[in-house]
Amino acid sequence: MKIAVCIKQVPDSWAEKKMLGGVLDRASVDAVLNDLDEYAVEEALRIVEASSPTKEAGEGSGHTITLISMGPERATEAIRKALSMGADEAIHISDEALAGSDALATSLVLSKVIADGGFDLVLCGTESTDARMSVIPAMLAQRLGWAQLTFAGSVKVDPGDSKVSIARSTEFGIENMEASFPALISVIEKINEPRYPSFKGIMAAKKKTITTKLLSDIGLSGDLVGNKAAWSTVKDALPRPARTTGVKVEDGGNGGGELVDFLLEKRVI
Amino acid sequence: MSEVLILVDAVDGKVAKSTGELATYAKAIGKVNAVLFDEALVPQLSAYAIDNVIICKGIDVTKFSPAPIAQSLAQIAKSKSAAAVLITSSAKGKEIAGRLAVITESGIITDASAIDSELITTQLVFGGSTTVHAAVTHGISIVTLRSNSIEPLAGSATPTTEEFVPKISDLAKLAVVTSTEPAAKGGRPELTEASIVISGGRGTNGDFKPVEAFADILGAAVGASRAATDAGWYPHTHQVGQTGKTVSPQLYVACGISGAIQHRAGMQTSKMIVAINKDAEAPIFELADYGVIGDLFNVLPQATAAIAAKRA
Repeated sequence: MKIAVCIKQVPDSWAEKKMLGGVLDRASVDAVLNDLDEYAVEEALRIVEASSPTKEAGEGSGHTITLISMGPERATEAIRKALSMGADEAIHISDEALAGSDALATSLVLSKVIADGGFDLVLCGTESTDARMSVIPAMLAQRLGWAQLTFAGSVKVDPGDSKVSIARSTEFGIENMEASFPALISVIEKINEPRYPSFKGIMAAKKKTITTKLLSDIGLSGDLVGNKAAWSTVKDALPRPARTTGVKVEDGGNGGGELVDFLLEKRVI
Repeated sequence: MSEVLILVDAVDGKVAKSTGELATYAKAIGKVNAVLFDEALVPQLSAYAIDNVIICKGIDVTKFSPAPIAQSLAQIAKSKSAAAVLITSSAKGKEIAGRLAVITESGIITDASAIDSELITTQLVFGGSTTVHAAVTHGISIVTLRSNSIEPLAGSATPTTEEFVPKISDLAKLAVVTSTEPAAKGGRPELTEASIVISGGRGTNGDFKPVEAFADILGAAVGASRAATDAGWYPHTHQVGQTGKTVSPQLYVACGISGAIQHRAGMQTSKMIVAINKDAEAPIFELADYGVIGDLFNVLPQATAAIAAKRA
């Protein structure tokens, strides 16, 4: 099997973020591997381990895991982390023209790389913790014309039959879904516990290949991406006034009763 | 007048209030066309400000979520020359919107808390600390809107109806739903739709009974912090926060939750926030309209009993 995992470097979700000229100021904050993508990397490793006699990804297993990431030069840090978990190689699309790309442009670029790669399965996290739109997996499936198996709480792959089934977790319950290869999968965070990179994994990752590509290398024009080509625009971004701190009372024995009196007085219950 | 499409949202055969919210926003823009796939829901739509109902026929969308819904909306939007398509900001709603944006070559804005008559959206970002106004600049304005952001306008007349038979491609049927399992729920409202949410965190020590009892007497949904769901005390589907659900209820009660920035990101836009915590220095108090420094195991049962007594 050829498996790809889409990953993104994002500002650390603990960091304070601000807008700069209508887009997120990424330069001023620490950047990390989107933690929701770690579940996708882990699941790809488990799929390979479950269907390979050597129980390890990489050479000899007959399966490869390729990371695909779009982002500035420093995104290689996040890519190295995912490589150190056990992925085999990476494709990094890095081009100045990509800065400020919207979800439509991002999905266009990723779908081009995926279509050229001949993959059987592509895994994603459900969303990135910065933009939080949660639309890229669905957009990729639409662009590629692939089966969409998203919000998977479990994934079962049958490489012999080229079939994959998932339990899609929705607000209303579980939908069990299946499709033939190729399929686009997104995984939710309760699907697994991502492994910590081992020392051996970190050392091995340094030798793994990261292929850096420009837009011209994947046959896309710079006019289709970036802030200028975005199909939505931010008019203004204003800090909201801080919430005014309200009443704070010590529970003197009737704290519950006083709370109910407050809620009744404010007519919220 | 501009034509606007809204996608009807229903749970267990009941049209969700979020549909009425979409209709209310759409009414300010132009003619409100509600699109649905289950004809049985039509009578319920008179409750909201809907001008016309478009009933999609010939496709069982429950078998292939969500690709055929996006394909149908794209065809209707084209035939109506729609100016905007409004969809509820659920996980599935955003997937439909994403696909629709690709098919129709249109811009998309997700998780808006409002859209005005000029199609300018309002979003609260970075955990509610920043207000962003934005607009789609290419194609149809495809916007997903958060639930509980506006009081739905009541309908004044029975909407007209029309039928539409979408052409669904084989590519939209590649992923097949083979079976479904309903969510196990104890009669509590859906977290993102509820007007009151009671959440428990580390301070519950794994005992959610007082949180649930208080929620039930108020008809509220139960939420949990990541600390509580990671500890296995409460299902992940109830997690409120940056990697969980974002809620914006009329009342949010945080019980034994310290208020890490990642939790705050999921509840900061609640209209009223109450915090109950033993630690007087807990950051959650900075947000709270009303804070009780005390033990949730004393405060919550007392509050539950006080409400029961007032109603008796």
